[in-house]
Amino acid sequence: MPDLLLELFSEEIPARMQARAAEDLKKLVTDGLVEAGLTYAGAGAFHTPRRLTLTLEGLSLESPTVVETRKGPRADAPQKALDGFLRSTGLTKDQLELKDDKKGQVYHARIEKPGRPAEEILAEVIPAVIRNFPWPKSMRWGAGSLRWVRPLHSILCILTDQAGARPVPFEIDGIEAGDTTHGHRFMAPDAFSVTSFDDYAAKLKTARVILSADERAAQIWNDATNMAFASGLEVVEDKGLLAEVAGLVEWPVVLKGEIGAAFLDLPPEVLQTSMKEHQKFFSVKNPATGRIERFVTVANIETADHGATILAGNGKVLAARLSDAKFFWENDLRTLREKGLEGMAAGLSEVTFHRKLGSQADRVARIEALAREIAPLVGAKPDLAAEAAKVCKADLQSEMVGEFPELQGLMGRYYAQAAGHDDGVPEACEDHYKPLGPGDAVPSAPVSVAVALADKIDTLCGFWAIDEKPTGSKDPYALRRAALGVIRLVLGNGLRVKLRDIFIAGQVGNLDALARVADITKLADDWQQTTTADLLAFLHDRLKVHLRGEGIRHDVIDACLAMEGNDDLTLLVKRAEALSAFLKTDDGENLVQGYKRAANILTQAEDKDGVEYRFGADVKFVDTAEEKALFAALDQAEAAANPALEAEDFPAAMRAMAALRPAVDAFFEAVQVNAENDILRRNRLNLLHGITATCEKIADLSRLEA
Amino acid sequence: MAQISTRPRSFQEIILRLQTYWAGQGCAIMQPYDMEVGAGTFHPATTLRSLGSRPWAAAYVQPSRRPTDGRYGENPNRLQHYYQYQVLIKPSPPDLQALYLGSLEAIGIDMTLHDIRFVEDDWESPTLGAWGLGWEVWCDGMEVSQFTYFQQVGGHDCKPVSGELTYGIERLAMYVLGIDHVMEMPFNDPDAPIALSYGDVFRQTEEEYSRFNFDTADTERLLRHFEDAEAECEAILSQPAIDPKTGKRIVMAHPAYDQCIKASHLFNLLDARGVISVTERQAYIGRVRALAKTCADAFVQTGAGGYAAESGSAA
Repeated sequence: MPDLLLELFSEEIPARMQARAAEDLKKLVTDGLVEAGLTYAGAGAFHTPRRLTLTLEGLSLESPTVVETRKGPRADAPQKALDGFLRSTGLTKDQLELKDDKKGQVYHARIEKPGRPAEEILAEVIPAVIRNFPWPKSMRWGAGSLRWVRPLHSILCILTDQAGARPVPFEIDGIEAGDTTHGHRFMAPDAFSVTSFDDYAAKLKTARVILSADERAAQIWNDATNMAFASGLEVVEDKGLLAEVAGLVEWPVVLKGEIGAAFLDLPPEVLQTSMKEHQKFFSVKNPATGRIERFVTVANIETADHGATILAGNGKVLAARLSDAKFFWENDLRTLREKGLEGMAAGLSEVTFHRKLGSQADRVARIEALAREIAPLVGAKPDLAAEAAKVCKADLQSEMVGEFPELQGLMGRYYAQAAGHDDGVPEACEDHYKPLGPGDAVPSAPVSVAVALADKIDTLCGFWAIDEKPTGSKDPYALRRAALGVIRLVLGNGLRVKLRDIFIAGQVGNLDALARVADITKLADDWQQTTTADLLAFLHDRLKVHLRGEGIRHDVIDACLAMEGNDDLTLLVKRAEALSAFLKTDDGENLVQGYKRAANILTQAEDKDGVEYRFGADVKFVDTAEEKALFAALDQAEAAANPALEAEDFPAAMRAMAALRPAVDAFFEAVQVNAENDILRRNRLNLLHGITATCEKIADLSRLEA
Repeated sequence: MAQISTRPRSFQEIILRLQTYWAGQGCAIMQPYDMEVGAGTFHPATTLRSLGSRPWAAAYVQPSRRPTDGRYGENPNRLQHYYQYQVLIKPSPPDLQALYLGSLEAIGIDMTLHDIRFVEDDWESPTLGAWGLGWEVWCDGMEVSQFTYFQQVGGHDCKPVSGELTYGIERLAMYVLGIDHVMEMPFNDPDAPIALSYGDVFRQTEEEYSRFNFDTADTERLLRHFEDAEAECEAILSQPAIDPKTGKRIVMAHPAYDQCIKASHLFNLLDARGVISVTERQAYIGRVRALAKTCADAFVQTGAGGYAAESGSAA
């Protein structure tokens, strides 16, 4: 059983595409081989900036012979039909077999497809994979027609067994597969031949190429942290950057450099962002001061001067970049001194937020009004929330954020502090964008929460007002993320707010914007109700997704959504979580069964009679002991359940109602609900209603599935 | 071209070495295009010659203007007028990366001491309706060139594909010469009887153009010029292919393209004056792109663009 080694050697592959491409290569080649009847014992994929490599162990030597029997025409069919069959099978008449069939004798052909050698299959499968490779973006080069991510230079493809290595012969667009490759672009550019995967990996290492990206990353991290540790510093961890840098080098050489003293007073995040985005540098922090004091860069070459030239060059580029950053920082601080944060924000009136929703300044004014309304509901002072809202987007007009958009919010905090704001206002400037994704932390400081909610609810109300809602996969304004943000802010802080009221407030702010593009006098009378209801339904949909992720059944969620006060998301979730947990217990089964038995009979009777039995049952019409016992049990259950519901102690209310089960069972055992006597019958149905009505104060249990 | 890796001493020496190197690689050394352009790519030797099937190899310096980058000569790295060195070879040769690295050696960059990297950077010119894939080339963390395999220009697929190299010469020279402020860079030999720095040559013009670009250029006139150039381009290309005077087939792709270049530069000036809003910006870019496309359509109807007349006389 030979091993296969395949290497596709090209000009530099974008770092972000390498890992996926190596996996795609493995999957597509192995799928193709398996489909052609070959088997293999194991597969491995590797990538460097210039090569994708696949190794297969224990590949079968050939595909198995396949025998197929095909049914042809009947023995008495016209000659033409028989000729056609012979042509299509490639057999002669005496090679056919006659077999008895229901309708008489029928010709059968036995076609044997002989197995094919692995080389032949590889020579078909690999070029097909190369031609149809799923690169996110591919290109042509020279005068050829082949597409690859960047020009493809050579292909190494060999099969190795005890007898040695042999190349798999194929050719694609003039590139002949062979047994050679090249080492490091600068340190070992010469071609060399290889005889097996182990030989390949070893010779590459000699030729200054580490094949495994994981090994490169580990080496970078190891060298960087050791180097930092030696000077009492630590490298700021960044897995994304580490993976990217490992994709930019074949032979990582870690170098540590100084950041000019003039730049050390810049906010650490500015240093970090500038170094990472533009230079792919790691930041090195002094744990004592928390400041970023050094950088680590990863070169792709060993030099006689031990990287001195490289480090000097990198330091120079960094100094130029940081001079820019320092220039922006100082200009911004000057603006703050001269005009204050409001002055910095002035330009927002020139920036369009959305054609129909006005400028960023218009939006800030709406957020301010809304934050003031929300503040008391979340424990914030209205004046502080309004103050924070007014300046929360000011940093968008700063030079620093103009250069580094990813620093929005963070610079807002620094600049709010510099402008003398306090009492949670600077934090709100930073945190009001949050949570940005499902994994992002939820702000908890009251002022931040008020502004964060106002920001998101204004966005939602605005786009609902102009009827630009997400459809299918299209959500250009990230409204699903805004909705999930509202949900997480409410739940994460246990807020008890009626979202309908806040939506209406948000809507009022956006009516002005709407008035500019539409004749709002023509809106339907119930426009406000239907639009807020639709927006709430959108939030409920996001909430369902969120809760399903936490393992709560969709029918449980529906049962709770059907209740009054469903715009109070904290209450809604409390109810759903309690119900979900309770249903997993024996008492949960009792609750549901007791309810269902009562509800079934009641509904049948109501359907039949065309009336609703909603009057209180009267104990004086009681006729049997079981009936009397149920009356007593219900009184007792209600006495426990109602105050529990009042206190939102759903488990206690559910336990109380679950305790009815034996009485309900005994009642149905002994008592004929549909009695001859109409007074008795009505009283019994009203009694059942007493049970279902109390149960339905917990949740709409009729929506639960069996 | 085993050029000695001595360090060059001046800005102009770097340009001269690049010229000599690429001449040695068989490129036609062309001169700058005599119009205001934003980048070397606009030179017809690149834009138009990358279209059609005919082989091409050219290298040249192109003065480039970016009105918004003006800093009155004060910023160490930013200029509203600077030089690009441009190489275009069609079809792109298989060893283009090696040829490029050779050019760095020619200007004194020692490959055993520096860290050269090809970092993904896809190039797109919305005004030219062009895009390609390639890299920005880093030398010790600094971007020194743009390396692109053209895939489409003026909306036409490039067949064959051209390889384009663009060097920002000031920045590269500053690095090689070890200069921190562009204005302090020796322009000619520092030991020459009359030694001139980059600042001696360009500081005053940077000031003059910065003031003009940002505050003085008359926007109404610029707008009118833009519209004139647009109209002229369309008028030129609406002429029949057969010249009534000579009876020859003369498609006026280049004169039309000159108007496209003009419109593009006028747009840049308007942009620097800050009179173009975000929404209008897209519309202007679209108008320039439309001109570039019609010029590309016209060029492929010319001999240089690979057009062969039915009679077979032109090829």
